[in-house]
Amino acid sequence: MTEIADIVLLILMIVLAVAISRMHNLFMAAMMMGIFSFLSAIIFTLLDAVDVAFTEAAVGAGVSTVLLLGTLSLTTREEKVAPKNNALALLVVLITGSALIYGTLDMPMFGDPNAPVHQHVADRYIEKSGEEMGIPNIVTSVLASYRGYDTLGEVTVIFTAGVGVILLLGYIWRKEDEQ
Amino acid sequence: MFIAAMIGILVTMALALCRALLGPTVYDRILSVNMFGTKTVLFIAVLEFLTGRPDFLDLALIYVLINFIGTLAVLKFVRYNDLGAEPEE
Repeated sequence: MTEIADIVLLILMIVLAVAISRMHNLFMAAMMMGIFSFLSAIIFTLLDAVDVAFTEAAVGAGVSTVLLLGTLSLTTREEKVAPKNNALALLVVLITGSALIYGTLDMPMFGDPNAPVHQHVADRYIEKSGEEMGIPNIVTSVLASYRGYDTLGEVTVIFTAGVGVILLLGYIWRKEDEQ
Repeated sequence: MFIAAMIGILVTMALALCRALLGPTVYDRILSVNMFGTKTVLFIAVLEFLTGRPDFLDLALIYVLINFIGTLAVLKFVRYNDLGAEPEE
């Protein structure tokens, strides 16, 4: 049954992606991107990647719609008309796409138990993380304890980015106050 | 039973998508995007009961909240063309 759902959802995603790329109204395109994020979140849930689906819905459908609308309110709602002669762009896109598809040929099949990712440390996490960390959720104990320094680094990067944005915005506001 | 519900939700999703792409006015599209979010929540809930693991229902609840915030932002943008606008008296 989930295979049929997969196929229907992927067809909807393709239809939506083609429609978005042909839209000239950026406001409509921003809203359609929200639907696209919901569809990909469902696909992630079907693939059992619930945490990824969570992030996709929060960031893709929630925050980036708001951010795109904020950008549109500062700029314009209509797309600039592109020049007709796009043969070079089409060539670049085709080469990049075929390179990406070629890259996926070497990847193990979905759910393959012999995939490298299941051979390394996953068994230990599954068997031991409960007694070693005392946390029932394996993903949480990996993120917060086994890879604690990694997570600390990520949080530092995000914090730095946030401080940078706040400093930039504060600079603009201060200049407006002086004038 | 759950499979029938799932098929029904998928058909509704396709119809909502048609309305979002064809919809003559902005409000048709806003309503269809909002409805699509609701269908996502329903689909995830049905999927979880179908696979026998209703542990992730809180995920569906978070989706409802996100969808609400997104709809608020879209409506504010349509009404005032500015997300930071003060509401009218």
